[in-house]
Amino acid sequence: MAIAEKLAEFRKIADNPKTQLEHYKSKGMKAVGVMPYFAPEELVFAAGMFPAGMWGSNTKSISRAKEYCASFYCSLVQLDLEMLLDGTMDGLDAVITPTCCDTLRPNSQNIKVAMKNKMKVIFLAHPQNRFPECGVKYTESCYKKIRAELDEVSGHKTTDEEIQNAIKVYNRSRAARREFVKLAGAHPEAVSAVMRSGVLKASYFMLKDEYADKLEALNAELKALPASDWKGVRIVTSGIICDNPTLLKILDDNKCAIVADDVAQETRSFRCDAPEDDADPIHALAIQFRNQDYDILLYDKFSSQNRRGEYVAKMCKDNHADGLILFMQQFCDPEEMEYPYLKKALDAAGIPHIRLGIDHQMRDFGQAQTAIQAFADVLD
Amino acid sequence: MNDKEKAEQAPVSAEAAPVKKKKTQSPGVLALQKVVNDVYQAARDAKKEGKLVGWSSSKFPCEIAETFDLNVVYPENQAAGIAAHHDDTRLCTIAENEGYDADICSYARINLAYAMGNETTNEGRRMPMPDFVLCCNNICNCMTKWYENIARIHNIPLIMVDIPYSNYPEVDDDFVAYVRGQFDIAIKQLEELTGKKFDEEKFKRVCGYANRTANAWLKVCDYLQYKPSPMSGFDLFNHMADVVTARGKKETAEAFELLASELEENLKTGKSTLPFPEQHRIMMEGIPPWPHLRELFKPLKEHGLNVTAVVYAPAFAFRFNDVEGMARSYAVAPNSVCLEKGVDWRSQLCKDNKVDGALVHYNRACKAWSGYMPEMQRRWQNELGIPVVGYDGDQADSRNFNAAQYETRVQALVEAMEEADRKKESGK
Repeated sequence: MAIAEKLAEFRKIADNPKTQLEHYKSKGMKAVGVMPYFAPEELVFAAGMFPAGMWGSNTKSISRAKEYCASFYCSLVQLDLEMLLDGTMDGLDAVITPTCCDTLRPNSQNIKVAMKNKMKVIFLAHPQNRFPECGVKYTESCYKKIRAELDEVSGHKTTDEEIQNAIKVYNRSRAARREFVKLAGAHPEAVSAVMRSGVLKASYFMLKDEYADKLEALNAELKALPASDWKGVRIVTSGIICDNPTLLKILDDNKCAIVADDVAQETRSFRCDAPEDDADPIHALAIQFRNQDYDILLYDKFSSQNRRGEYVAKMCKDNHADGLILFMQQFCDPEEMEYPYLKKALDAAGIPHIRLGIDHQMRDFGQAQTAIQAFADVLD
Repeated sequence: MNDKEKAEQAPVSAEAAPVKKKKTQSPGVLALQKVVNDVYQAARDAKKEGKLVGWSSSKFPCEIAETFDLNVVYPENQAAGIAAHHDDTRLCTIAENEGYDADICSYARINLAYAMGNETTNEGRRMPMPDFVLCCNNICNCMTKWYENIARIHNIPLIMVDIPYSNYPEVDDDFVAYVRGQFDIAIKQLEELTGKKFDEEKFKRVCGYANRTANAWLKVCDYLQYKPSPMSGFDLFNHMADVVTARGKKETAEAFELLASELEENLKTGKSTLPFPEQHRIMMEGIPPWPHLRELFKPLKEHGLNVTAVVYAPAFAFRFNDVEGMARSYAVAPNSVCLEKGVDWRSQLCKDNKVDGALVHYNRACKAWSGYMPEMQRRWQNELGIPVVGYDGDQADSRNFNAAQYETRVQALVEAMEEADRKKESGK
């Protein structure tokens, strides 16, 4: 199958999460919604259930969620609640609600109330001080509880071997995505920004073993391509999410290739693997969480240094990027809080950037178009 | 010039806020004011003498730093004081110009602008620049990134106590072990920083003072249960500075005990610090918009509303018998507890303090606090049968408050409470 066809398949999956949910349900599987960030999805997979990623929607409007949320809440979180309320996610048997930010914290409670009679709501509050032994132990404690709750949903007691197998599948899927990000950056003429996003987003709506098989096949074809002679601009994207095809098409129209990303829905979510040689798979998952780094949502124990900003600047340098586009999710205070020091690091490294405010309910992209066009012109 | 150098050469560029006529205060209130002023003065003196000064989040276990005799000041208290003295917009704007978005908590914006070397016109709340920071995120996750930013601005150590959000009314042993483990690490870090050994005996004494302060503070808060009340609930907002900045000090306990004795006397003589007759009693939910205390009070006075319940106030009463108890105690903060506990907490307060209605602040600065307020509002209405209205505002950014909207909402609350009274009188 040609590369274009493979990309189109991923794109179709990314655009039809409800069809995917119905597909797995029709096979008799149970399904668990997984909200951002850092939920140990491996446990859902190990329990033989379908983990459905929940990162808002680019086609819905916030209506019912307003009964629970104030207006100054990020659209991602509000739309997850909206989809739970409006029936979009009715196929779910449970939902996992992490609480890494101040919007997710109270929203875990709103979901608990709103979904009381509809599905099991599995709460997750990771420790931020995840480095010392007490932090690792507490992550294990949280994950053990999730494991037990998922067992209740699946009606099956998950074994350590099943979790170890899930870790291997997930590590393979993460490696394939990391490889794909590199290949897409190396071959922008073959992988547009819209298609790149489709491939990465599809991972949230497929079982990861099927996904890894499909992505490895695509990667093999991309690897076989001759070296690219890309004449356009090379950029790194940053932010929580930038998966709106209309927005991404503006990048394609202006010949902006995404050579790497620092996006929560993309690379930040598959940067870190879990150890495969740990006899205790829950401990392995806790170690994976401990090793998560350079993330705006997590405590940085070397806080007096500007490690994250410098890491992103280095990512730009290492990938020979001409500039960075920060897609700033409206009302996302963790991302907003990190911006001044990201800016400092980018400025110090001589990397131009623009910051674009985005929201899932954006329907008019005129301003973004003008900004991206001007930025691309400057960089070209 | 780097950020630290800028901070040390801080200019005062804005005009001072106008001086207001001060009313005569009771000895208890004066003693409380002195405690807070002393905290700030001691920190300024310590800095001059070359001693370490720390900045701390308000619900970091102060007992630890107090045991090390460290001088610590509290950015949240400072930001509230700056906002109440109308220096908030200037500092928020400075932070925004540095790239901190206007959606970020206004306390954080004010403090980050200050940390970058912009002095405040509120002279009483001037803080020396920090040599270390103490961060406890039982209030919010925003605190974590806020304090990381301070640590970066000044290139100083950050001591972190993470309190994860709770989904159940009680925390379990694993949770306590995690928090306890972090206490041990924090103590070790402070031993290294100060070159002093942690003095267990002194810690016990400090905890004794902190518990005594908590008890005296709760006693003061409980005077609002009397009908009519011997005090104005608004007074609690003024006294909160003491429980935030000086919980572990003997003087604080004594000052609250003195205030409690004055309130006891008020009860006997039928006096009250409320400057108008109490017609209705309300709960005021959320951190108040400090820049607008006058506008906040005006319609309450007009309609005879006394604020007899403020969940924010008793939330600072941390009581415990040992280190594990301290871990459990600091796990309970308004923004770290589940919905059920949050509702129960306030419902009990409304019942005990005989509340007729509630006024909810949808605080743009605080996503953690405002995040489940619509559901809380429904529960109070259903479970307590009281009218509840909300208004929009911001704890420390005056630009996000509209006095006309607030007055209209208070008016609506008054009408609903009067209607409830009429129904009660007619036996319906």
